[in-house]
Amino acid sequence: MAPASADPAGDLALQVLQALANTDQILSTEAFPSVPFETLKASLDRLSSRSMVVYEQIERQEAILEAEAEEIVQHGSHEARVFEAVHKALGGLSISDLETAIGDKIVTKVGQGKAFREKWIKKDDNKLVALVDSIEDVTRSQLRFIKETKSHDSKIIADLKKRKLITTAKVISFKISKGPKFALEIVKEETDLTADMLASGAWKTANFKPYNFKALGGHQVSGALHPLNKMRHEFRQIFFETGFTEMPTNQYIETGFWNFDALFVPQQHPARDLQDTFYISDPKTAGRPGPVSADDKQNYDEYFENVKQVHENGKYGSIGYRYPWAEEESLRLVLRTHTTSVSAAMLHKLAAKKGPDGRVPPVRYFSIDRVFRNEAVDATHLCEFHQVEGVIADYGLTLGGLMEFFETFFAKMGLTDLKFKPAFNPYTEPSMELFSYHKGLKKLVEIGNSGMFRPEMLEAMGLPKDLRVYGFGLSLERPTMIKYAISNIRELLGHQVDLNFIERNAAVRLDKD
Amino acid sequence: MPTISVDKYKLYEALGRKFTTAEFEDLCFEFGIELDEDTEDEERPIVNGEQEPPQLKIEIPANRYDMLCFEGIALNLNIFLGRTKPPNYRVVEPKDGILQTITVSPETSKVRPYVSGAILRNIKFTKDRYESFIALQDKLHQNLARQRTLVSIGTHDLDTIKGPFTYEALPPQDFKFVPLNQTQELTGETLMTFYENDRHLGRYLHIIRDAPVYPLILDSNRVICSLPPIINGDHSKITLNTTNVFIEITATDITKLDIVTDMMVTMFSEYCAEPFTVEPVKIISDHNNQTRVTPHLRPRVTHAEVDYLNSCTGLNESRESLCKLLAKMAYVARPSDKDPNLLEVAIPPTRADVLHQADIMEDVAVCYGFNRLPRSSPNNSATVAAPLPINKLSDIVRIEAAMAGWSEVMPLTLCSYDENFGWLNRKDDGKTVVKLANPKTLEYQVVRTSLLPGLIKTIRENKSHSLPIKIFEAADVVFKDEKSERRARNERHFAAAWCGKSSGFEVVHGLLDRLMLMLRTNFVAGSDGVKPDGYWIEELNEDTFFHGHAAAVYLRLGGKEQRIGEFGILHPTVLEKFDLRFPVSTLEINLEVFL
Repeated sequence: MAPASADPAGDLALQVLQALANTDQILSTEAFPSVPFETLKASLDRLSSRSMVVYEQIERQEAILEAEAEEIVQHGSHEARVFEAVHKALGGLSISDLETAIGDKIVTKVGQGKAFREKWIKKDDNKLVALVDSIEDVTRSQLRFIKETKSHDSKIIADLKKRKLITTAKVISFKISKGPKFALEIVKEETDLTADMLASGAWKTANFKPYNFKALGGHQVSGALHPLNKMRHEFRQIFFETGFTEMPTNQYIETGFWNFDALFVPQQHPARDLQDTFYISDPKTAGRPGPVSADDKQNYDEYFENVKQVHENGKYGSIGYRYPWAEEESLRLVLRTHTTSVSAAMLHKLAAKKGPDGRVPPVRYFSIDRVFRNEAVDATHLCEFHQVEGVIADYGLTLGGLMEFFETFFAKMGLTDLKFKPAFNPYTEPSMELFSYHKGLKKLVEIGNSGMFRPEMLEAMGLPKDLRVYGFGLSLERPTMIKYAISNIRELLGHQVDLNFIERNAAVRLDKD
Repeated sequence: MPTISVDKYKLYEALGRKFTTAEFEDLCFEFGIELDEDTEDEERPIVNGEQEPPQLKIEIPANRYDMLCFEGIALNLNIFLGRTKPPNYRVVEPKDGILQTITVSPETSKVRPYVSGAILRNIKFTKDRYESFIALQDKLHQNLARQRTLVSIGTHDLDTIKGPFTYEALPPQDFKFVPLNQTQELTGETLMTFYENDRHLGRYLHIIRDAPVYPLILDSNRVICSLPPIINGDHSKITLNTTNVFIEITATDITKLDIVTDMMVTMFSEYCAEPFTVEPVKIISDHNNQTRVTPHLRPRVTHAEVDYLNSCTGLNESRESLCKLLAKMAYVARPSDKDPNLLEVAIPPTRADVLHQADIMEDVAVCYGFNRLPRSSPNNSATVAAPLPINKLSDIVRIEAAMAGWSEVMPLTLCSYDENFGWLNRKDDGKTVVKLANPKTLEYQVVRTSLLPGLIKTIRENKSHSLPIKIFEAADVVFKDEKSERRARNERHFAAAWCGKSSGFEVVHGLLDRLMLMLRTNFVAGSDGVKPDGYWIEELNEDTFFHGHAAAVYLRLGGKEQRIGEFGILHPTVLEKFDLRFPVSTLEINLEVFL
């Protein structure tokens, strides 16, 4: 077994072991007084990681004399020197004689003042005379003590420090004793089991360095999915578990017709304002709704006319909005403001379908996709976000059925005890907002919007009167922001995201909390 | 949704009891309005040395125009709580039977064709009532009247003017009057300049500014009462002491004109000497067949099917009990004599939101209590779930990219014109990109045709991240498509970007190979006569990339060949435009071809 490397630190480690050879404990202040503590500590750490020594760090304050204090130790304090000079001269000394006797202007000046205050000397005519026979030079003896022991009573230390006679410094030293694996030589330790060791059998005799169980493991170079898409995945799973088919929402550009008119949103509705909706300048205008493929046999002209009539004059038992409905407004292109435009197109297609019983078949549709609003951007608003949307069409649906559905749906996300509030939405009636009690915020928070699509919308499509359709919409960003405690939506969606956040965000697991 | 501020304790007084905030919140929740804020415990403004009393800020659904003021909220809640019967609003002609008239000149059709009028006789204003009266006009102007474009209201002290009135339209230079709270006379022209920078009125000028004639309400002495939809005259202004209020309302939309008229008079006729009565005004407008007496205030009588009301709500209530429930929402309903399945429902003039029996059905549910409705199965039929094929495909690619060590990002779909073209050294051929008409900032000028700008900007915003940066996105870009109804179509793309101390060219190339392997697409090199299906790459000379370090990706599928994308080292001038200091390589391919 080779001894450890011959670098100075290695030598020092060996010296430490040597020093402990015949004794159980050493003090570094005694054994290695001149080795800087950092150097010594490195060697001790190396030895203690192998359990060869154990050590204890000792920290203490040391007092160090300044140059002036050294002089006092040698010659006495200024005032003592003044007294001695005055005392020695029989019949007193004049001030100029004193200075000559001491040979230092500052010592004379400072010492004189203090000696007066101590009432050691007094002025008699023009002479200084001693008042006492002997004095005790306290400062000198204190400093002498400090010079020897490097310490003193804390009050004295503080006083001398104030007088700028001493400084203090933290000094680290070590109490070192033998460890369980003490030896005079440092044995090489293996950090890992290698293929070579398996081949040679060296693993049987090798010494293994203990693993640091308090540290994190090695960094993983890994890819990551975006937290919003992880949330989308959770929602999609729930939709699949409950029998929903995904809608083709890959169509961002919509017509005023599908985005608004088909949903019975009147043409003067504020949602259609330039302030709220992005309109398209190029291409200029849309085509009238028409068949998408050759096998699409629906009568789109009739549908278009139905929509016009239900807005303008009323139809299907509705008095309508009673305003002149403009085709041009309907054919303006917009960036869709909701995915409900796609739901409308899907429901219109549904009207042409026939189930085994010859009736329009019940369906469940969903989508999670991007929508656009011409909003001023702030911490909670972006001009783009994701809408989670669900549609259930069936016969004999009731409002209580929609509530029952939400109980099942949201229980899968751990949300229970839902509350339902009447609300208003131009294309659903009844409309209701969903609330759930948020334990963190200690209040009811809105989690979604829902309702039954209006007959004006459905019957214009040619859907049977007794087919009722639930619609509901949720936000994808909001639950994600709550889940990951994000307060600014721009940190989630868009290019201002922090990649470190994406790389480190945990799985969503909606059912877990 | 409009938010209405009401004096908390005056509302509680009107409702006949005190509520805790939680109790009032519950009442709102049940009714379908929302208590937004109770200012009791907040610092409230001090006006004229007096602190504002505690306010309740209540959010009102956008279609409940009858709840945009204190009076409407108190009335509807009192009816809901069963404390008051719905008022019987009546039109009462003056004793001498001679109606005030407004004669409409045909010229008005050039600018604002419709008008209505009404008179509130012997009204008693207090400071609160007066302020509420003004505030309601403001709320109606903002909401239903779409910033006065559709409808605007003028109110006048009838005792300062003298009918019969006329509604005319005159060239702007041909009239002058002193506008409300002003001292100098202005013509139509000078008024436009005078109010140009007015914070309150400036935004309404555009409604008539460029019209050849401006609409005016005049009295029999040619006193100008108002210049709708901008401002009233100072001459006829109402004050706290006004007792007879002449209301004239002008519009471009006749339906909304009627709704606004009904709201104004129903809400404040309560304060007339004879409550809930209104004196009508005759409108003489033969040229457009709008000669009539306004308002009429007759309830609209319609029918609702009992089985429809019950089956949508899941209830099984008798006709009588449905009628009783509906009374809580101000309807007067009774079982029909003719059909056992019908209710005859009188909808009060305040409930302009009721269009269909679906609205009545919702009110049955509200009156019964949403949270008390019987629960039932959400559907009766089994359905089979299925993902959208393009989403399933792009999820496969996303997960493979993440497993290969790339991080997913989700930049925005909208970007600036330059980011989409110039900064990438690409040219706009005019046939590709969809442009926005009304973006608020330069950041949102076009719908991206490439995923690259978003990826590059994400790298730019992450300068403190350690290198290399490896990011990807699988999402839609949009192209113009003149043949389709919407004139545009989405296309699902996958794109990745590497940023490091070296270019990473082979790394993005390797990612392409990996994804192709996962999509069962073979690498087919060179042209040796045989042409199996698969992908290959060819050197590409496009200015987006550093020359000699870019390739186009081609796919042959079922014998059909097409370019599906490209990869390469971004050209240093591109890096400079996007403010990037390290080399970047990108890959972008169309995923739809793999469907």
